[in-house]
Amino acid sequence: MFKRLATTEASSVDIEVDGRSLDARAGESVAAALLNAGCVPFRHTPLSGAPRAPVCMMGVCFDCLVEIDGVPNVQSCMVTVRSGMRIRTQHAARKAGA
Amino acid sequence: MDGDPDVLVIGAGAAGMAAAATAAGLGLRTVILDEQDAPGGQIYRGITAVSRSMADRLGPDYRHGRTLVDALAGSTARHEANTTVWDVDADLNVATLREGVARQLRPRHLIVATGALERAVPVPGWTLPGVMFAGAAQLMLKTAGSIPAGRVALAGNGPLLLLVANQLLEAGADVVALVESTGFADALAGLPHLPRALGASEYLAKGMAMMSAIRRAGLRRIRGASGLLVLGTQRAEALQVTSGRGDERIEADLILLHAGVIPNTQLTRLMRLDHVWDERQASWRPRTDGWGRSSDARVSIAGDGAGIGGARVAEASGRIAAFDAAVALGRIDTGERDRRSAADRAEVRRHLRVRPMLDAMYRPPAWVTSPPDETIVCRCEEVTAGEIRRITTLGCRGPNQTKAFSRCGMGPCQGRVCGPTVEAILAQENGLTPQEVGQYRIRPPLKPVPLAAIAALAAPPSGPESSETT
Repeated sequence: MFKRLATTEASSVDIEVDGRSLDARAGESVAAALLNAGCVPFRHTPLSGAPRAPVCMMGVCFDCLVEIDGVPNVQSCMVTVRSGMRIRTQHAARKAGA
Repeated sequence: MDGDPDVLVIGAGAAGMAAAATAAGLGLRTVILDEQDAPGGQIYRGITAVSRSMADRLGPDYRHGRTLVDALAGSTARHEANTTVWDVDADLNVATLREGVARQLRPRHLIVATGALERAVPVPGWTLPGVMFAGAAQLMLKTAGSIPAGRVALAGNGPLLLLVANQLLEAGADVVALVESTGFADALAGLPHLPRALGASEYLAKGMAMMSAIRRAGLRRIRGASGLLVLGTQRAEALQVTSGRGDERIEADLILLHAGVIPNTQLTRLMRLDHVWDERQASWRPRTDGWGRSSDARVSIAGDGAGIGGARVAEASGRIAAFDAAVALGRIDTGERDRRSAADRAEVRRHLRVRPMLDAMYRPPAWVTSPPDETIVCRCEEVTAGEIRRITTLGCRGPNQTKAFSRCGMGPCQGRVCGPTVEAILAQENGLTPQEVGQYRIRPPLKPVPLAAIAALAAPPSGPESSETT
């Protein structure tokens, strides 16, 4: 959905999204990394199952929620990528005990 | 620094950085908390890490943020990054969360500098991936050096919409259309305020430069637009708009919506500070005196969180609030405060001269405050405008009742996005004023906190210091 300008100088950071490895850039948020890689939607809503992706990129809308390193419902626009980070997009409501 | 600070600043944007550096310079033990991993807030987001070429691209107004970051870094204020404030109680105990660990700080004086957020622009289809707020695209530029990969349409009104259109065009994005709700009548509404705005002519010059760059780019422009509709099933495919030219369809991969910014009052409402409806800015703001002091004498509010004034007003108001906090804490007397803040107070007055014109020209259009029935208003709980209208016929009068009737406003965003729209619809349907309708009551936690982190906060016999992590 987004692309990095050729002048972007940051070094590369390896993260994993839904089991696939993804080349992120140092300093960018998890949400930015996913948008740059076209990983859309980020989630499907627990209520209707509608697809969603980030809207505000500043911690307001909660539409960028993903699971990061086992912690669900994290605002991915507020977390900077770190090498080895494991991200899972979230689809529909969680099942009890899952 | 051991123990509690004299001054705690919440938010490291323009206002917060200036407030913290000033307070520390006055010999006050100062801590500044911020959710991001580096200072800058939204206006100067990414300023500490941005590449030289991107800083050049974003211009001198953005690069100015560097002076604030340097002043903060050169002060004795302690900046705590990645820290979320999730509660402030009546005794001014500030509860935070950092790396999954909760702790509490109890300052003698609190300066809230939580800034602004973009006003929601609810239109049918706006929940589809591929619809974002215009400021979000600008943040992608600032923090990730990224531009939209496909065709972009921008729609709404306000200075930021024009700025983002310009920055995306300059960066080489495929901007296909600029849809503005504003028309001739809005320009006329701004005209009486023009003489006053001439006192801050740099804004007018910047605005005219932006508009002429947009004209030169030759993109498709629609003015006086209403009836916006995002088309698509799994993601946004097109934007439909109505104007004097009839209905038009704009094929786009990313639709950027914007209708101005409003104070982020989530924290000040949680603290039950007094708020007033600002008709000129069509938003609520906390009641403050000329120094930023709120209805609670121990709490000051600086920057856009106290009313929209822009980055330079925010910065000056941060310093003013810090001088005033030093009076509250007995560090300086009012004479010294008045003397040392005189230049900043003059600066605030000068920059604010442009606001009445901007506020008059860029009021939220009716299609933003009164969306059609099928529009999802509460994105979290997926409640439509029609459902909110329906529950008013069942007796729903205020935003807090919408929660019981429909769960509207009860999702993770806690009404940050839907609040102003819900209030507007309730006012229209019930024939009430914004003051009569009121706002969502905000309760802790301000953001989701793991239960285990709250449990760990319970003070052990050895005292709360044992939960220190820094």
